[in-house]
Amino acid sequence: MTTLPAVSGRRRVTDSGMRALMLVLTLIAIVPLVLILYYLIKEGIGAWSKDFFTTDPTGRFLGNPGGIKSAIWGTIEMVALASLIAIPIGIGVALYLVEYGKQGRFANVVRYFVDVMTGVPSVVFGLFVYIVLVVTKVGGTFAAWKGSVALALLMLPVVTRSAEVVLNLVPDSLREGALALGAPRWRVVFRVVLPSALPGLVTGSLLAVARAAGETAPLLFTAAFVFGTQFDLSQRMNSLPLQIFSDVGQAQDRLVQRAWGAALTLVLLVLILSLVARLAQRRSRLA
Amino acid sequence: MEAGSLTARGGRTLPERSPRARAIDPLLRWTLTGLAALILLLIGFFFIRLFIEAKPAFDKFGYVGFVFDNNWDVSREIFGAWPLVVGTLITSAIALILGVPVAIATAIYTTELSPRHLRQPLTIIVELLAAVPSVVYGLWGIIVLAPKLKGPEQWFSDTFSFLPLVGGPVSIPNCFVAGLIMAIMILPIVSAISREVMVTVPSENKEAALALGATRWEMIRIAVLPYSRSGISGAAMLGLGRAIGETIAVTIVIGNAPNVPDSIFSQGYTLAAVIANEFGEAASDPTHRAALIAAGLVLFVLTLLVNAIARHFVNRAQRGERTVPKGMAG
Repeated sequence: MTTLPAVSGRRRVTDSGMRALMLVLTLIAIVPLVLILYYLIKEGIGAWSKDFFTTDPTGRFLGNPGGIKSAIWGTIEMVALASLIAIPIGIGVALYLVEYGKQGRFANVVRYFVDVMTGVPSVVFGLFVYIVLVVTKVGGTFAAWKGSVALALLMLPVVTRSAEVVLNLVPDSLREGALALGAPRWRVVFRVVLPSALPGLVTGSLLAVARAAGETAPLLFTAAFVFGTQFDLSQRMNSLPLQIFSDVGQAQDRLVQRAWGAALTLVLLVLILSLVARLAQRRSRLA
Repeated sequence: MEAGSLTARGGRTLPERSPRARAIDPLLRWTLTGLAALILLLIGFFFIRLFIEAKPAFDKFGYVGFVFDNNWDVSREIFGAWPLVVGTLITSAIALILGVPVAIATAIYTTELSPRHLRQPLTIIVELLAAVPSVVYGLWGIIVLAPKLKGPEQWFSDTFSFLPLVGGPVSIPNCFVAGLIMAIMILPIVSAISREVMVTVPSENKEAALALGATRWEMIRIAVLPYSRSGISGAAMLGLGRAIGETIAVTIVIGNAPNVPDSIFSQGYTLAAVIANEFGEAASDPTHRAALIAAGLVLFVLTLLVNAIARHFVNRAQRGERTVPKGMAG
């Protein structure tokens, strides 16, 4: 019986050394998350109070800076409108790609440009909406709905790409079965394809919503900044990211304190959305 | 047989669809096609409008002059974007140098080395980094990270002053902190794509390496890394695209000084940051506004190029067209 030569000492040391290095680097990757969450909770909880959520920023240079009520409402309103624009269009484009375009030339061009949109920095989208809607004074200058348009542009490629992946997972046998029973194409789309892809579509859309909720740059150029709570989408509107951005820029302790509180609120909002998205995915029978 | 009616077995005709019901199909088809075409129109319109609005700046300073002149002076209305371009490149380079190795190591550890029950939690934790909004990174960076790093940065700057772009005094918001924040922000995407590629390495390749007596690390080096090299390059390029376009966090921590930085520890400026920061004051000044939009256009073209290269790499990795690297036997 032959015995295999033992792995040489140098190779063994390299092996355990590199494995240890990979572990250390992975731990290093986790450090920033832990630190950020630690400071968010430590500083943010201190800022939270009943008044913090029920009053608007006062904008006074001294004294009580006020809370973030207007910012929370603004974020919810603008993101909701952006979702109403982006999700139907995004899913529509994905339906075209999967049901009609398939691997045709036009479909591939569309796919390519959806990818291009994914890579466009959010600040450039903001600039674009600023040029097209704000400078030209379509219904006034800065307005919440223009902010929603900018956010919708940002969400559109995310919704489309994720919806395309999910729609592709719907088995062709389902489509063929429905068509063979005499169902017209539109009925197959609305009664068979969309319902079976629904959980995945919800996941993709919610992830896009979560991304839009945290965006600052596009709103800076379009929805501008006000203190009061605003329910009219044709007026300027506050939002959580803008509130944080403007408070950090002031470098006053009590404003920075409010920024931490607002940041904790925003991160919780985004995390809850991502969590719900994951739960929806778990319910899906396809993915 | 007439169009629209079918004859079933036994000679009975199936009921025909009403003209209205038949109209819905083409309607749906053309609506969806229209939506798809809308995307193309939008991008075309987008590019043309940006170009038209940026034209005054290019006319005044020239295309080459605008990008390569080292002079961004708002008060004298001179706009040469070179300091911004350099700032963007330096911070993105720092982000890649710090972020990509960590991201790849995380991908290797979670796919090949970690205990099975830790895989999912580790993956989720790294991906949570992507859920933190940019402005929160900026807040944390300027209030917590930048002051705490000043000491170590000064030490590094004094000790390694022989290196290029190192040395001199450390200012509190600086390029290095901006690059570090970007590194953290690109980590989840680079790691996620690298992991996806590494998962596709056939287990035959890995088992063959192990059967030949390779250690785990040698297996990773000769089976996993060569196979996923092009996907990892694509992941790094996508990270670069993100880093170049990152705006708010950088605006908060970089200091916004329109000079070519002497060292990585001095204040700087990036293309994205200049737009976010100066846009308010530019509203009333057409030349300044055109210059900012031109900066946006340069940024747009830059990210477009980087993403095109990234997509090329990732697609190649997914199609499985890999060339066997020369050093594989070693």
